[in-house]
Amino acid sequence: MTGKPYIRDVPRFGWFLRQPRYMRYMAREVTCLFIGAYAVVLLVALQRLAEGRQAYEAFLQALASPVSMVFHLVVLVFALYHTTSWFNVTPKAMPIQAGEDFLPGAIIVGAHYAAWLIVSVALLFLAGVF
Amino acid sequence: MAKSNKPIVWGLFAAGGTVTAFVIPALVLLTLLPALGVVPELLAYDNLRAFAGHWLGKLVLFAIIFLSLWHAAHRLRVTLHDFGVRADLLVAIAVYLAAATGSLAAAYYLLRL
Repeated sequence: MTGKPYIRDVPRFGWFLRQPRYMRYMAREVTCLFIGAYAVVLLVALQRLAEGRQAYEAFLQALASPVSMVFHLVVLVFALYHTTSWFNVTPKAMPIQAGEDFLPGAIIVGAHYAAWLIVSVALLFLAGVF
Repeated sequence: MAKSNKPIVWGLFAAGGTVTAFVIPALVLLTLLPALGVVPELLAYDNLRAFAGHWLGKLVLFAIIFLSLWHAAHRLRVTLHDFGVRADLLVAIAVYLAAATGSLAAAYYLLRL
């Protein structure tokens, strides 16, 4: 071998701004910040609950604030992006073989969306929302 | 055979990704409701206290918080690399330590209930 091998220049920062595909990838990865932040909110809820009625009631008051509303709406957008992007790759992550062929991806993805709907409705129903 | 902790790290990430995909949107709707002037029954002090007081409730709450934190920690580690942070060992220690601390705290609060 002679000469230098060609190495495509990939900038260390901002490489994902080059293509919509990379940006969707990064949007998917960034959802972790919001999932993590929401897990911390759940943790704080538990802490206040363990502290007693007064502390927990104050936490509920904080949940009712406009800041909380904005936070929840932003988290909701990213959580929905996480859910849909996670389910959409399930045929790749766990292909299911049926006889000679593989089960069509749409069935695997569809089953996840159906189960998601059932889980969500059940959760909200059991929590007394409706 | 070389030992690797990757299956555990990745397995928990995948489990966390799946659990969060199924329950986080509905949970966010649930805790969004107080801001809209409605406090769902489950979020009332006595009801949530009773739920978290039962061993099954504790298990569910712990699983959701632990898996969410682990999932977020692992994905953040990979994402920081994508953003150009190359100190992987340091990042890995920081994110997993944070997830472990949060999980231990969750267990501690649950056991006090």
